Amino acid sequence: MTIGLTHYLAVAAILFTIGVLGIFVNRKNVIVILMSIELILLAVNINLVAFSVYLHDVVGQIFAMFVLTVAAAEAAVGLAILVTFFRNRGDIAVDDASMMKG
Amino acid sequence: MDLQAIAFYLLAAVTVISGLLVITARNPVHSVLFLIMAFFTAAVLFVMLGAEFLAMLLIVVYVGAVAVLFLFVVMMLDVDFTQLREGFARYLPIGMVVGGVLSVEMVMVAITVASNGAAGKNAGPAAPVADLPNAEAIGRVLYTDYIYFFQAAGLVLLVAMIGAIVLTLRHRPGVRRQNIGDQVARTPASGMKIVQIQSGEGLSE
Amino acid sequence: MEPIVTTLVFAPLVGALIAGLFGRRIGDLASQSVTTGLLLLTCGLSWMTFYQVIWGAWAGHATFTLAPFIQIGHFISNWSIRIDTMSAVMLVVVSSVSALVHIYSWGYMAEDPSRPRFFAYLSLFTFAMLMLVTAADFMQLFFGWEGVGLASYLLIGFWFKKPSASAAAIKAFVVNRVGDFGFALGIMTVFWMFGTIQFAELFPLIAAKAGTQWTFIGQSWSAIDLACGLLFIGAMGKSAQFFLHTWLPDAMEGPTPVSALIHAATMVTAGVYMVCLLSPMFEYAPVTKQIVTLIGAITALFAATVGLAQNDIKRVIAYSTCSQLGYMFFAAGVGAYQAAMFHLFTHAFFKALLFLGAGSVIHGMHHEQDMRKMGGLWKYLPVTYAVMVIGTLAITGFGIPGVELGFAGFYSKDAIIESAWAASGKNGIASFAFVVGLLAAGLTAFYSWRLAFMTFHGTAKWDSAHADAHGHDDHAHDASHGHDDHAHDDHGHAHTPHESPLVMLVPLLALAVGAIGAGYAFVENFVGEHRNEFWRGAIFNAPTNHVLEHAHHAPEWVVMAPLVVSMTGLAVAIYVYLMNEGMGLRVASRGGPLHTFFYNKWFFDELYEATFVRATRFLGDVFWKIGDQKIIDGFGPDGVAAVSASVGRRFSKAQSGYVYHYAFVMLLGVAGLLSYALWAWAH
Repeated sequence: MTIGLTHYLAVAAILFTIGVLGIFVNRKNVIVILMSIELILLAVNINLVAFSVYLHDVVGQIFAMFVLTVAAAEAAVGLAILVTFFRNRGDIAVDDASMMKG
Repeated sequence: MDLQAIAFYLLAAVTVISGLLVITARNPVHSVLFLIMAFFTAAVLFVMLGAEFLAMLLIVVYVGAVAVLFLFVVMMLDVDFTQLREGFARYLPIGMVVGGVLSVEMVMVAITVASNGAAGKNAGPAAPVADLPNAEAIGRVLYTDYIYFFQAAGLVLLVAMIGAIVLTLRHRPGVRRQNIGDQVARTPASGMKIVQIQSGEGLSE
Repeated sequence: MEPIVTTLVFAPLVGALIAGLFGRRIGDLASQSVTTGLLLLTCGLSWMTFYQVIWGAWAGHATFTLAPFIQIGHFISNWSIRIDTMSAVMLVVVSSVSALVHIYSWGYMAEDPSRPRFFAYLSLFTFAMLMLVTAADFMQLFFGWEGVGLASYLLIGFWFKKPSASAAAIKAFVVNRVGDFGFALGIMTVFWMFGTIQFAELFPLIAAKAGTQWTFIGQSWSAIDLACGLLFIGAMGKSAQFFLHTWLPDAMEGPTPVSALIHAATMVTAGVYMVCLLSPMFEYAPVTKQIVTLIGAITALFAATVGLAQNDIKRVIAYSTCSQLGYMFFAAGVGAYQAAMFHLFTHAFFKALLFLGAGSVIHGMHHEQDMRKMGGLWKYLPVTYAVMVIGTLAITGFGIPGVELGFAGFYSKDAIIESAWAASGKNGIASFAFVVGLLAAGLTAFYSWRLAFMTFHGTAKWDSAHADAHGHDDHAHDASHGHDDHAHDDHGHAHTPHESPLVMLVPLLALAVGAIGAGYAFVENFVGEHRNEFWRGAIFNAPTNHVLEHAHHAPEWVVMAPLVVSMTGLAVAIYVYLMNEGMGLRVASRGGPLHTFFYNKWFFDELYEATFVRATRFLGDVFWKIGDQKIIDGFGPDGVAAVSASVGRRFSKAQSGYVYHYAFVMLLGVAGLLSYALWAWAH
């Protein structure tokens, strides 16, 4: 069948779900959390571009570019935090980070 | 089944599978590598859609910078692999259930939107205009209507860079550095001492 | 006339305010001088008023309205000063005794550190009493009533650091309160029945409603009897009549001048005054009058029996007061209000004299109050001895009947007993009162002379052999010696008793004059032939009330009887305490049933403690511990706080600290919202 908007959106949806799963399924690796966030942002980008193409409006791609920019910045800062986290604790297990416990 | 469809399904499958492997890989370096593969295939999908500028952008920025950064950090941190998989299985069932529900719903929304929304009314994807490549189309809009956002994005990047430096920079003790300010502020009176020496005797403290 | 009476009523208030508010700044001497000076002014003006009202240029009764007090609908009350014979008599009594007590206190309280406060309270009391006696309506009367109650509390508990004094003050106030409750109900009944509380408006209305009945709690009562009965309950409380008498002996914790002023001459007589003032009402309340007579007679007997077993000099005199008040009440009850007022008048003099004399003894004995440790004092305190003898003669009613010559009590007490006899023809209770009156007269003589002999005659028991056991008898009143610690620097060696200073003796002598002559001088005016011109309608006698006239024609034996019984009492006292000294002590220490019964005040305090006090305390505990703490606090502030704390603690367990938990919850939220949106979209 012809590949329509739906297909791209479906792919994006599945990628998004995988990204979200990645955040809370893993316990021991902070890096995987950051990578899951990148996956989420990727899914959003696919959505934006697909809509942009099918709505004949280039603004969607511009917005996807900005999302890209912010994702890069956020990855940089997030990794810096990760490095500090590791320096203070010695490992990157998320399980022990429960100091905000109520 | 034309070529486009086969290509799409293949690429989509690879993207999804690499996404799954990102979160389930035992070795974090493998996770990063699978992330890179996901980015690549997504870029090809963008090319299929006709947004080639964005696809290149994805590769250059995401893969070339972000993913490499990830790789640097993963290699720098000395992590113990064996501990990393505990607790994984406990939350997987419920996660799968919730994730499944979520993805099904989103797909349903997508179907509805695609069939009833504005996008569905159009005949199909925009035909790429020959004399207007994707980059030029983006450029026409970016530097005119969205110039402020463009500049703001630059600022965001600047701030992120400063933030990363602030968080991670530490001076090693015992490393000597130049302090330009001190050097420039030195006066002849504090920098020099004139001593009368007899010839052949040398200087002693 | 108005400026004079206004001055004399408010001068003590001014003195009280100055000494009370500025006493510390102006110093002790200035406070004492101001208050005493103003009281002397009041005394002088009172005597002048008395003379002018009865015989002089102001002949006639007048009421001066000063300012409005309460005006709610028909309930109108004004601050006013009513001058008629009743109030003139009381003005004289109150101001004279108060002035003499002020002077006396210069000497008695000379070593006390809080003299300004004392004099301020004395003047405050005098002001309240004057407001009471010059009241023209029930509200001012009640104001004065409460005011003297307050002053009594303050003065009994003057040495408030002594726990027994504070307790006695509270007891006095609370027992008075019971009476005041009845009083208030009586006022309300009067207002409900007549629509007014002003005496001038009220009295003419009473005859018309004489027989009305009133249904209350399913019973039919005579309305005026009910009102008068309730008012009499107030009088019972204030005048320490039987059932509400328990506070009077404990009130002896206060300094002796206080006992003389308040608990002998003035405050306790307020009840008698009220009953006589309301004679227009009481004359139409026959049942209540009988109750009054009965209670009065029982009190007279009861107090006399208890008084003869007490060892504290002040307590004997206190019970004597209680007994004499009983006389006054049963005189009023049989309809001889004039005789009651006459006895009030004379009693004020000789009872104040006896109290101040006892104070002189106590002062001379360095605050020893137990009569068993006195004896042989007539050599050391001659003036005190002389005036105490005069007072005792007065109270026992010593006189020569045929010649009509005698001390003050002779006239007034005999008038009462004769009236009781005169009324007993119609009235069984009156004959009971007559018999009781004679019996109590005999007992009065006995215990009064007992006091005199134990204190002044006999062997001296206060020398070195007993000095170390300084005032510690088995009574609870040994704490009353603790108040004057600084005078006890001479333990362990004999200190001879000394006569009191002149500032204390002069009032004694003045009162002695009154005790001797007040009866003779005024008998014709109060109860005799000139009584109608004297009272001029201030006391009302119903047309059927001829008690006083019949009393004057009493047969010889009735006239001689009081003298005979008091002579008998004197003879027995001489036998027991002079001739066989030590016999009294032996009888007492044997502790027979009668003695124990009398000594323990007929066990009234124990009875009240077991019933009312314990019950009230239990009720208070229930309301406090269960009602207030458990229920109100438990469900209210404490309960709400505890519940919110525990709920908060339970909810805070949801904060696990793990970010992925929070992310998961967010995911669940998103899934749920999306489902809902889809469902809503589809419909």
